[in-house]
Amino acid sequence: MQDWRPCATNRTLAERAALLAGIRAFFAARGVLEVDTPQLCAAANPDPALDSFRVPAHGREWFLATSPEFAMKRLLAAGLGDIYQLAHVFRAGEAGRQHNPEFMLLEWYRRGATLEQVMDETVALVQSVGDGRLRLYPVHRVEYRDLFCRTLGVDPIDASLQTLRDCAHAQPVPAPALSDDHNLWLDWLMGVCVQPALPAGTLTLVSGYPAAQAALAELREDGVTAHRCELFCGPLELANGYRELSDSAEQRTRFEAEIATRRARGLAEFPLDERLLSALPHLPPCSGVALGVDRLAMQLLGAQHLEEVLSFTADNA
Amino acid sequence: MASYSTNEFRGGLKIMLDGDPFAIVENEFVKPGKGQAFNRVKVRNLLTGRVVERTFKSGESVEGADVVDTQMQYLYNDGDHWHFMDPQSYEQLAADKKVVGDAALWLKEEDQCELTLWNGEPIQVVPPNFVELRITETDPGLRGDTAQGGTKPATLDTGAVVKVPLFIEPGEVIRVDTRSGEYVSRVKD
Repeated sequence: MQDWRPCATNRTLAERAALLAGIRAFFAARGVLEVDTPQLCAAANPDPALDSFRVPAHGREWFLATSPEFAMKRLLAAGLGDIYQLAHVFRAGEAGRQHNPEFMLLEWYRRGATLEQVMDETVALVQSVGDGRLRLYPVHRVEYRDLFCRTLGVDPIDASLQTLRDCAHAQPVPAPALSDDHNLWLDWLMGVCVQPALPAGTLTLVSGYPAAQAALAELREDGVTAHRCELFCGPLELANGYRELSDSAEQRTRFEAEIATRRARGLAEFPLDERLLSALPHLPPCSGVALGVDRLAMQLLGAQHLEEVLSFTADNA
Repeated sequence: MASYSTNEFRGGLKIMLDGDPFAIVENEFVKPGKGQAFNRVKVRNLLTGRVVERTFKSGESVEGADVVDTQMQYLYNDGDHWHFMDPQSYEQLAADKKVVGDAALWLKEEDQCELTLWNGEPIQVVPPNFVELRITETDPGLRGDTAQGGTKPATLDTGAVVKVPLFIEPGEVIRVDTRSGEYVSRVKD
């Protein structure tokens, strides 16, 4: 007999439902429209760190959305205004204590808003939902660059590849062999050293990621950092925000660079989302945030494993 | 030997690192929303018992270690080696002092032990959780003192020294928990 029971308790599932209701009430009160966009998509995000599920059917190939971002930007370009979505998204190969290949993302966009405004709204949201326990958490704001300097003594923006490598090899946890790619070394230092050192019981906003990790965000005027900000609850990554890039040519250049990286690393290559690139010139100035709802539920319920707040994980779905 | 991708990492999986066999104790998947995924792993060196941390780029493969745990019967000690027999195949193996270590204190002939074999060679011997051994030396028993009171050292026929209650007599057989090295009870012959 197979184990058919859910991972989360019935009580947790009821609290999860209350959290979703709280999120909807938060946005309803602020006049943000709920939308829902397809999860079955014709194009995939070429970000080399994302692995899209591929769905072949009827002689063509589809992709499960890794985030609703591209479709929501097309709605914004069509003039829909402030929008949010609670979407199940899919990322192959991501499984662990804080990951499941299918998870719920809350994504929203605010027209005319700065990145600072939407990140403040993110803090207001996480502090108002559930039993309000995150309201007791102090909010720290720090630049990505300062956080690295403070924790590791290296400047992540200016450092040479050799400096990053030396820094990694000086850590108590041995680093694996990585290629000559700044981003890989920064990701390792961030994930293994910087992030675990973030203070518990604290909301930390980290701003100004390196330009090479801008993804779909505008660059700042300095040209070396991006209008990209992440919210951490203790050491756990909870949300990621951008001041959205609307320069279609720049976005195409970045996508093509990502596709080249995929090719160099021997990863599957995806067609460019030409519909997104066609819509971008019509995108109004806006900022947007993606927040992991399951992880927020973990924090609100004091869970240690994602599976404690999911009805079923990919292992027993 | 098969190799394992990081997404097959689980507690207990045996892998080769720097030429030594290791067992995975804990595996944590580390990945920023935007960025490279890593596996942060605690592994125990099966030769030294030391636990160390390692990180792998997710998707990397690591060679598996040919490590198996098997039940064998302890036969005898010839002075240098401890000899064990597979009760099914009657095949015999010898392990030296380095491998047997402190387990030697608890090995009684004909007891079933767990041997860890790497490429067919023993690398660890685990005695049964409970063994019954005879006391060769201890102070004479204190008559009537069966309820409470202190303890005294007793030397067993394997050379192990355990603390026993004062009423225990030399020559008696006692039951010992090998994990803690503590006296459990007396055993009536």
